[in-house]
Amino acid sequence: MSAETVSGVSGEERDDLSRAESKQIRARSLRLLGSLVHPVRARLALSIVVVVVSTISQVAGPSIIAYGIDSGLPALLESNWLPVGLAGAAYLLAGVTGAGLIAWFTVLSARISQQILFDLRRRVFLHTQRLSLEFHESYTSGRIISRQTSDLDAIRELLDAGINQLVQGVLYMIFTAVALFLLDVQSGFILLVALVPLAVLTRWFQVRSQRLFRRTRVASARLIVHFVETMTGIRAVKAFRTEKRGAREFAGLVEDYRDANGRAIKLFGIYDPGLVLIGNVAVAVVLLVGGFRVLDGGLEIGVLLAAVLYTRRFFDPMEDMAMFYNGYQSATAALEKISGVLEEQPSVPDPERPVDLWESTGHVRFDHVEFGYTADRAILPEFDLDIPAGQTIALVGSTGAGKSTLAKLISRFYDPTAGSVTLDGVDLRELHPKDLRRAIVMVTQEAYLFSGTVADNIAIGRPDASPEQIEAAAVAVGADTFIRGLPNGYDTDVNKRGGRVSAGQRQLISFARAFLADPAVLILDEATASLDIPSERLVQDALQTLLADRTAVIIAHRLSTVSIADRVLVMEQGRIVEDGSPAELIAGTGRFAQLHSSWRQSLV
Amino acid sequence: MSRTTGRSTTGTVAVLSRLRPYAAKALPRIYVAMGVSLLASLVALAIPQVLQWMVDGPLSDGDAGEIWLAAGIVLGLGVLEAVLIGLRRALVLTPGTHVEARMRNALYAKLQDLPVAFHDRWPSGQLLSRAVSDLNLIRRWLSFGLVLLIVNVLTIIGGAIILISLNVVLGLIFVAAAVPVIAYSFSFERKYADVARRSQDQAGDLATSVEESVHGIRVLKAFGRSRYALKRFERQAEKLRGTEIEKAKAVAGIWLYLTLIPDLAFGTCLVVGVWLASTGQSSVGVLVAFFATGTVLLFPIWSMGYFLAMTLDAKTATQRFFDVMDEPNPITDPAHPLTVADGRGELVFDEVHFRYQDAPERFPDLLDGVTLTVRPGEAMALVGLTGSGKSTLTALTTRLYEVTGGSVRIDGIDVRELSREELRSRVAMAFEEATLFSQTVRQNVLLGRPDASEAELREALEIAQAGFVDDLPEGLDTKVGEEGMSLSGGQRQRLALARAIAARPSILVLDDPLSALDVDTEALVEEALRRVLATTTALIVAHRPSTVALADRVAVLQDGRVTAVGTHSELLATNEHYRFVISSFDADERSTAKETAS
Repeated sequence: MSAETVSGVSGEERDDLSRAESKQIRARSLRLLGSLVHPVRARLALSIVVVVVSTISQVAGPSIIAYGIDSGLPALLESNWLPVGLAGAAYLLAGVTGAGLIAWFTVLSARISQQILFDLRRRVFLHTQRLSLEFHESYTSGRIISRQTSDLDAIRELLDAGINQLVQGVLYMIFTAVALFLLDVQSGFILLVALVPLAVLTRWFQVRSQRLFRRTRVASARLIVHFVETMTGIRAVKAFRTEKRGAREFAGLVEDYRDANGRAIKLFGIYDPGLVLIGNVAVAVVLLVGGFRVLDGGLEIGVLLAAVLYTRRFFDPMEDMAMFYNGYQSATAALEKISGVLEEQPSVPDPERPVDLWESTGHVRFDHVEFGYTADRAILPEFDLDIPAGQTIALVGSTGAGKSTLAKLISRFYDPTAGSVTLDGVDLRELHPKDLRRAIVMVTQEAYLFSGTVADNIAIGRPDASPEQIEAAAVAVGADTFIRGLPNGYDTDVNKRGGRVSAGQRQLISFARAFLADPAVLILDEATASLDIPSERLVQDALQTLLADRTAVIIAHRLSTVSIADRVLVMEQGRIVEDGSPAELIAGTGRFAQLHSSWRQSLV
Repeated sequence: MSRTTGRSTTGTVAVLSRLRPYAAKALPRIYVAMGVSLLASLVALAIPQVLQWMVDGPLSDGDAGEIWLAAGIVLGLGVLEAVLIGLRRALVLTPGTHVEARMRNALYAKLQDLPVAFHDRWPSGQLLSRAVSDLNLIRRWLSFGLVLLIVNVLTIIGGAIILISLNVVLGLIFVAAAVPVIAYSFSFERKYADVARRSQDQAGDLATSVEESVHGIRVLKAFGRSRYALKRFERQAEKLRGTEIEKAKAVAGIWLYLTLIPDLAFGTCLVVGVWLASTGQSSVGVLVAFFATGTVLLFPIWSMGYFLAMTLDAKTATQRFFDVMDEPNPITDPAHPLTVADGRGELVFDEVHFRYQDAPERFPDLLDGVTLTVRPGEAMALVGLTGSGKSTLTALTTRLYEVTGGSVRIDGIDVRELSREELRSRVAMAFEEATLFSQTVRQNVLLGRPDASEAELREALEIAQAGFVDDLPEGLDTKVGEEGMSLSGGQRQRLALARAIAARPSILVLDDPLSALDVDTEALVEEALRRVLATTTALIVAHRPSTVALADRVAVLQDGRVTAVGTHSELLATNEHYRFVISSFDADERSTAKETAS
């Protein structure tokens, strides 16, 4: 039985999961953990061997001391230095081995946990990139950022300190227990009995804390969403004086997080001294029972001392173990969220057996395409369109007519709900993403710049482009002049001046990107909106050359673009209502003729 | 990005004591917790002394009653230890979370207060990693690391005293062993602090990459460059991994010392101790107590490496926190803010100069003496080439940036004489890029005036032609995604415009407000907007004649100055640059266009 309620990222904001749901996501995160550990299993095995040996040498300590006192002392009284010499040498040897191995283990386990983290970071990053726009549009970016930052932090914390603590702690306890049994069985049994309340207490902590840690993860994600939004929208925050309101809201989220975190910590504050208590009671019992046995002559004093030391040392790592467990619970909650994101399937999946399309001519066809963002509202009801290779199309129509949707379908940001979109006769769904993206490129109104230099940003169009090619692209779209005016020209870091490259300049950079990419099909969705007229004119000229031998779909509210189009499509409510050459339509009396004349007037 | 330069040399104590103001309320409890914790350690140290008494006393005499007594005392001490540990946790944990919350709120408030220029420079991933990971680290150190570090040191000192009092020779061997450990700790501090800083900065860079990959997802998808972004991300993650391993090596070094040296000392003590006992200079009971005490000390000694590293991590986190908190804010409220009495809404730029802080010296000021008067109620269009400083000029009106020379005055008062709150309630802006927050449509539109009436809200939406909001699933109460992702550019722009209108300012500053609208909608918005502009002073950045048409007069911004002011047709006739910037046609084309239009 698989509960749909918690598959993928659904239900991730809840903390009242049912037992079955809880089990399901636990299983999911364990699978993820397993797959992460798999590649490092050889190293892990080695590190366990190392830590086993080092722990044996540490655990040997009290036995050696017992031997030194019980055998060395009487022998020395007869001037025999051998036993005590042996004991001293053994202690030194154990010390050197133990310490050396622990140091080695520390580095080794860091390598392992860093490998796991690297692998996980990479996977989440790649998967986030693979997920469709549909996912990104509904799952706020702050949340996906928090998955990749604070949730990964929780796992890192566990791996950093935790694995050391766990492996060493567990082994230390096992070996101590074994040593105790070898030394004195009766004391060993006392220790065994003490394990019962230990298990009960641990179970109690586990059940209670799981829910609290989930709440912590949710609260921290909300906090991050708010934080990221404020920082990205700082201009609007300031201009509309929302600082106080923002601070109030943020303080609420901080308090939620603090509260959830505080509760989890409080729980731990009961668990931890509980462990100490159990350990100390066990020590007292071992001492009491052992004391009487010494009196009866059934036990040597040295052995009693060792038994007490071992019992005490058995519980020593408990605090570390408890901390590990605490970190483990927190990391599991994080892993649950991350595994949820990883479980999300892209609604626009890559084909399993992609069709090769090495050289595309750019022939695009819509065949009985239906599409709606939600099931109940169709944006495109049964849509057919044939765009011959090399044709430049201008899409015209009012907001909401479906122009952008059309563009998104051609660039496969979305898949149609029925029918197909084909390129050179191949369904886009069957194309290898590489071929698809090489053939079809879309430039949108928002021109996002990544940190790095201006040249880096243009090179997104073609990462292996030479500096000359990058400059040539910038020259072609008329971006060269302003770029050369920047402090370091093409090497200007946009992060340092990112806020100052104007929206129009950013659009020019993104045009240069598209120019450099040199696709067979170019889609421009309102890509010139923020350009000033001289820049637009330059871009128009560039387009005329650029589009001569390729397919293009241009969505523009400014009809100036229409002059370079071979064909104009007027859309209304998801349908094409006019279709013809610009000259034909302007000469006619239809919708386009009206639009065109009102646009001409707006220019004067 | 590295901000490491010369920071790690600052003393750890000096850096960490800067946390004091935030931790003030928690400090008394932390001190008490230290006392409690020290008491717990003393109790733990007392247990072996009971053992000694038992070995040398009842076990030798065979007194059964005293064995009961000894076990009873050990039990009592054990229970006490557990209670004290519980008490320590209860004392510090909750205050620790409060300190973290207080610092987080302070950082957020500071970031909101810092000028836009700061945010231009700092990638938000670096800010995020400070607000989340670094503060988390500080909390754990305060409520855990600090207490145990000090208590462990005291415990080790106390233990050493007990060891010496048990047997001077053995005790001194133990103490002598501490010298190289302490010496090594100092070199560890230097080494580790440097790596810790690098690691945290690199984690911030990684967070920045994550953010960009999410915010720029459309570009990456459109160009099929996810792999490319991944490569870049991998390189950074690889760097961080290298640093983390370096860090582990430093930790392994101190671990080696901390485990090896006590063991060496113990081995020596064993041989010497047995010899001492054989010559009668020490009793077996003393030996037992010595080693039992030593065992109690082992964990505090070993954990010193962990707590030292944690302390250095906390130091780095504190430095990173204060990197932001220490940032001077040049744009502050005046000591005695004036108020605008009549609010007619006159906007004057007087010899305004502006240059970005990091602009190279060879560059002239971006705004090089702009003088312009927008009369009350007048709508002034601002026209100029891309990059000529139009948006920057508009940002000066609300002090998003500060003039570097000259002044901006509203109704005769320098904007620097007004409180930012007052200034920004008088001037409302609609930006080129419409930022929407993940709140409802209503909250987004009423951002500048949350208490506006329903009718005013409706009016603003109507003027901006944002009737589409009624078709959204929950109308005005629809939550628009972060950054309004699920709305089209045109829709977002209209909401941003409605937001500026709803604020009912006396001065409206619109930065290319209609660029994403189609011709029909644009015409409708313009018509409606004219009603507002009839009574409101406005400064409108315009790229097209259609937007210019909203204005009464036009100012031409060229080479950092306003070179001409006039009506659209005046300027068309007289100003060559204006014709170049605003007109889609060549000279002869224009006349034909005019003919067809009329």
